[in-house]
Order: sequence, then C-alpha cells, then structure tokens
Amino acid sequence: MSMVFLVFMSSVFVNNFVLSQFLGLCPFFGVSRKIETAVGMGAAVTFVLVLAAAACFVVFNFVLMPLEITFLSNIVFILIIASIVQLVEVYLKKASPTLYRSLGIFLPLITTNCIVIGAVIINTDRFTEDFVLSIVHAAGAAIGFTLAIVLLASIREKIEYCNIPAPFKGFPIALISTGLMAIAFMGFSGLISL
Amino acid sequence: MSIIITSAAVLGGMGLAFGVILSYAAKKFYVEQDPRLVAISDALPNANCGGCGYPGCANFAQAILDGAAPPEGCPLGGMEVAAAIGAILGVEVKQTVRQVAFVRCAGGQSKSTFLYDYDGMNNCTAAMQLVAGGAKACTYGCLGGGSCFVACEFDAVIMEDGIAKIDNEKCVACGKCIPVCPKNLIKMVPHDSNVRVACNSNDNGKTVRGCCKVGCIACRMCQRTCEFAAINVFDLLAEVDYKKCTDCGDCVAKCPPKSIIWRNHENNAEKPPEKGEKTENTEKGEKVGV
Repeated sequence: MSMVFLVFMSSVFVNNFVLSQFLGLCPFFGVSRKIETAVGMGAAVTFVLVLAAAACFVVFNFVLMPLEITFLSNIVFILIIASIVQLVEVYLKKASPTLYRSLGIFLPLITTNCIVIGAVIINTDRFTEDFVLSIVHAAGAAIGFTLAIVLLASIREKIEYCNIPAPFKGFPIALISTGLMAIAFMGFSGLISL
Repeated sequence: MSIIITSAAVLGGMGLAFGVILSYAAKKFYVEQDPRLVAISDALPNANCGGCGYPGCANFAQAILDGAAPPEGCPLGGMEVAAAIGAILGVEVKQTVRQVAFVRCAGGQSKSTFLYDYDGMNNCTAAMQLVAGGAKACTYGCLGGGSCFVACEFDAVIMEDGIAKIDNEKCVACGKCIPVCPKNLIKMVPHDSNVRVACNSNDNGKTVRGCCKVGCIACRMCQRTCEFAAINVFDLLAEVDYKKCTDCGDCVAKCPPKSIIWRNHENNAEKPPEKGEKTENTEKGEKVGV
C-alpha cells in the first residue's frame, strides 16, 4: 500500500511529467490561457491516460510479452492510444454532449500528447507486471500534468494584467514562468527515490 | 522469419480489430444532425476566416440555426450566401452594405521622409519598437513592414512603394488585418464608396508638410468644398461621413496635398468626375525636411 502512495506522489510531484521530465509541453502552453480550459484539458488527459494505461498493460503483458515481440511496443501503444481517443470521442458525443462540448477540442489533441505515450512506456519499463502500480503511475502523471497546467493558467491569467515589455508578451513570459515553476519543483527532487 | 510473421499478424490483427470496433462504435453512437445545419454549412464559403465573429464556419452555422447570429452575418459570402441561408431557414434577409478594409495612408517611400534606415525584420510591431515609433518621420503612417500582408488570407493586401494597399475587390472584410496594424491604420469603409481619406495623421499642417507630401494638413478645403457636409475635419484630420457622401468627387479634386483619394488605388482606372478641375498645385508645398 505504501508503495502505491509513493508511486503516486513521485509521479505527481517529484517526477512531474511537465516540470521535471518536460513532456507534454505543447498542450501545456497551448491551452493554459484560462483556468477553465486548463482544467478541461487536465480532466481529458486524466481520463484518456488511465484508460490507455490499462489497455496498454493488457496488450503488453498478454500479447507482446508471450509472443516475444516487445520491440513493437511503441507502435502498438500509439495504435491503442489513437483508437481509444477516437472511441472515447465517439462515445462521448452520444452519451454526454455537455462533456463532449467541454472536452471536445482537447480530445483529438491528446492523441499526440507525449505524456500519454511517455507514461505508458515508463510503465512497461518500471512496473512491468504490476497492474495497480501501472494505473496509479499513469493517474499520477495525469494529475501532475493537471496540477502544472492549472498552476500555469492561474499565473498567466494574473500576468495578463501586468505591464510586461512588449517582446515578452504571450509565450516568452509563459516560458519564463514555466522555467521558474520547474525550479520550484526541483525542491521535491530526492524526496522519494524509487 | 517467424518473428516477422508474428509481428505483422499481431499488428495487422490489432489494426483490424480496432478498425472494426471503431466503425461499429461510429454506427452505434451516430448522432443525428439537423439537416438544416448541414445545408447552412454547405452554403457558407467554409473559408473559416472568422470575419463573422465565430471561430469557424461550423460554429457560425450553428449560431444561425440557434438564432444567435443573423443569416447575413458572413462578410465573405455577402448577399448571395445570405439569400441562400434565408431560403434554407425561410426567413427574410436584410440588405447589407459590403464593407472593405482600407489603409489610411498614402505616404509611400517616394512621398514621405525617413529618419533612419530600418533594416530589421519585416514586421510592423517590431519596426515600431525602435526609436520614434519606426523609421518614418510621420508617426502615424504605414511602416510597410507587411504585417497585414502576412495576416491576409485572401491576397487582398498589396505592398506598393513601401506601404500596404488593399485591393477593393479581393477584400472580404474579415477584419484580420485590423488588429495586426500597430498604427491602427486600417478601417472598414463601404465597398462602393469612391472618396477615401488616405491619411491618419492628427499632426498640424506644418508637421505633416515636413514629413509627407500627401498627408492631410487640416486645411479644411474639403469641408468648405463639400455641398453635403459629408466631409469634416476632426482632430486635424478629414473624415468622410459615408451616409451623406454622394461620391461627387469635389473634395478629391480640391484637396491640396491630394490626401483624399478616389477609390483605393491612386492609379485606379476610375477617376472623379471632370467638373472639379485641378486647382491647387501640389508642388508648391513640397518643402520636405531633412
């Protein structure tokens, strides 16, 4: 049980996917203008990542490992993630139009979000035969992403009101803010070593 | 060899399985759409220019159907598209005046004075960051960096003699060039209007004379000439009231620095009516400083 907690905390804070592993920076900057959309993106990533981790775990352990074709893992994972995103999109459109409209534009973006494939690949390396830890790690990665993107969105909403020199407006100041956030998150390093 | 076959079989099998699942899901979870929405979407130009104020043609179509947007709201399609949408929805459409964007500066490189040579990137915002708000002596004029040229998706902006001009026919009034101009030079004018003030300078006559041959010097000649009170000088700059303007062209002929122009381009084939003969000599005031 303590292992589950440690894996979760490690993937949320210590090895935060955005701020210490620098994965998923594209949606991180793309949809962090407003807190609302940032929360939406975070929720969509969490949803897809947990599903993808479960599906990839099953395929990796029960198809690729027995057949000894684990070298195919990356391409198979991409296939699985893309299909899951499509499936979720189609299903949401029918089942919950409200949720579809709020997540709608983010769902196709997640197909190419490197946090998803990154977390899944790390799962196969570290938690190869442990389903629970894989899911916890994936959920932690997604929650860490949500945390980082919501924090950045909050900062950027405030920054809008500041008198920033024109050359730094927009993305440059967001990149600088992210750098400072990453430095702050370095404070967590060494807290948990797995 | 066997590993190749296994790999191909697994990958192919998975691709096939996912394909079947997805196509089944697409059928099972198919959402029926209002046929009018599809018809409106087809009637729209689908250029996704954003001129209507919605993120794209699809959102605009939905807004029309919801009654949130007027059927004649598409600046690109104009009356034809409005009529088509009106027919689909069975509603009357209002007559709208076609607007086009217009750059209110005629002071090209050959006509204006420069304080220094600008040798930076072709971007007006960058050019304006430098000393004196750009290389031009006139602080109101077009910098010719081509920001609007880049912003225009319809090839309507022409860079000519170091300043931007907008093609009256190609412009669809999407408005994308307006926010990118750091000098706020671009304004909407009626497409059919012929009289246009090609100057944005609020400086006094002496200052304008010092930096531009075709700038408005606020002499009020146009105001005195106009029989319909359609052109007036506010803040040392002439302004046309298109509701009153009858396109007689008197002010165009009388304007001493020729900053009121006929149509968009100076060399446009159409000329103002002949009755207003050229009285003022523009050469007289050409004491360009520096």
